[in-house]
Amino acid sequence: MTALLLAIDDFNVAQNVAFGIIAFMMIVAALKVVTTNNVVHAALWLVLVLAGIAAQYILAAAEFVAISQVLVYIGAVMVLFLFGIMLTRAQIGKESGLNNKGWALGIPVALLLLGLMGYVIIDAYEDTVLPDRGPAPTEALSDQFLSIYLLPFIALSFVLLAAAIGAIVLARKD
Amino acid sequence: MLVVNFLLLAAVLFCIGVYGVIARRNAVLVLMSIELILNSVNLNLIAFSLMHGSVDGQVFALYVIAVAAAEVGVGLAMVLMIYRNRRSIALDELSEMKG
Repeated sequence: MTALLLAIDDFNVAQNVAFGIIAFMMIVAALKVVTTNNVVHAALWLVLVLAGIAAQYILAAAEFVAISQVLVYIGAVMVLFLFGIMLTRAQIGKESGLNNKGWALGIPVALLLLGLMGYVIIDAYEDTVLPDRGPAPTEALSDQFLSIYLLPFIALSFVLLAAAIGAIVLARKD
Repeated sequence: MLVVNFLLLAAVLFCIGVYGVIARRNAVLVLMSIELILNSVNLNLIAFSLMHGSVDGQVFALYVIAVAAAEVGVGLAMVLMIYRNRRSIALDELSEMKG
């Protein structure tokens, strides 16, 4: 794979180094999310993973999706998570009993899945190089949304409305 | 850049999320692991969108983001209701419907 990388004409070193650093940070943070003993810390590590994903979107020339990721996930979903944690728990510090009794079963399942997916991905896309296109204009995205994807777009707004009303009904006191 | 970079990163995140769903007992932590899984799928969609040079993948990614936001809202409302009724959100205690 190294020889292939050197053979690419427009091999962008800075892009690859940035990808590697952000990917390493994201994997460490994701492991902390699923292993830490403190629920609040898990939420804060999750912020790091979501921010890393937004950075990867920018590297992959998807600016609008990156901005939506920051607005929706880091802005709204994380606040919801923190509200959920605060409303369902009295104590804030470390806590035991966050894991199931059979938690060790998850390790072989995850490793097996990773091995399978890694084999398939490398087998299928080993030498596919991402073309060096500029960022997709947001105009193109809105053209798609308002032409062929218009019906799912409207349906999605009803899904969001139903979810909001459902959440209010579920969480009401009486 | 190689497309394998993005796909392998997404696969690693997906597997970490699957481990979290299996191993965690606290309902809020399980919801966080589900967010990890959804985000890894989004990363795949963006990588394929760049590879094929069309914005359809980005459109799908935006749909996934919106559905994930709705899912978190409803999920946390349900967790809140379970906590109010039972004073605990441990998932292994919710086994009344087991035969």
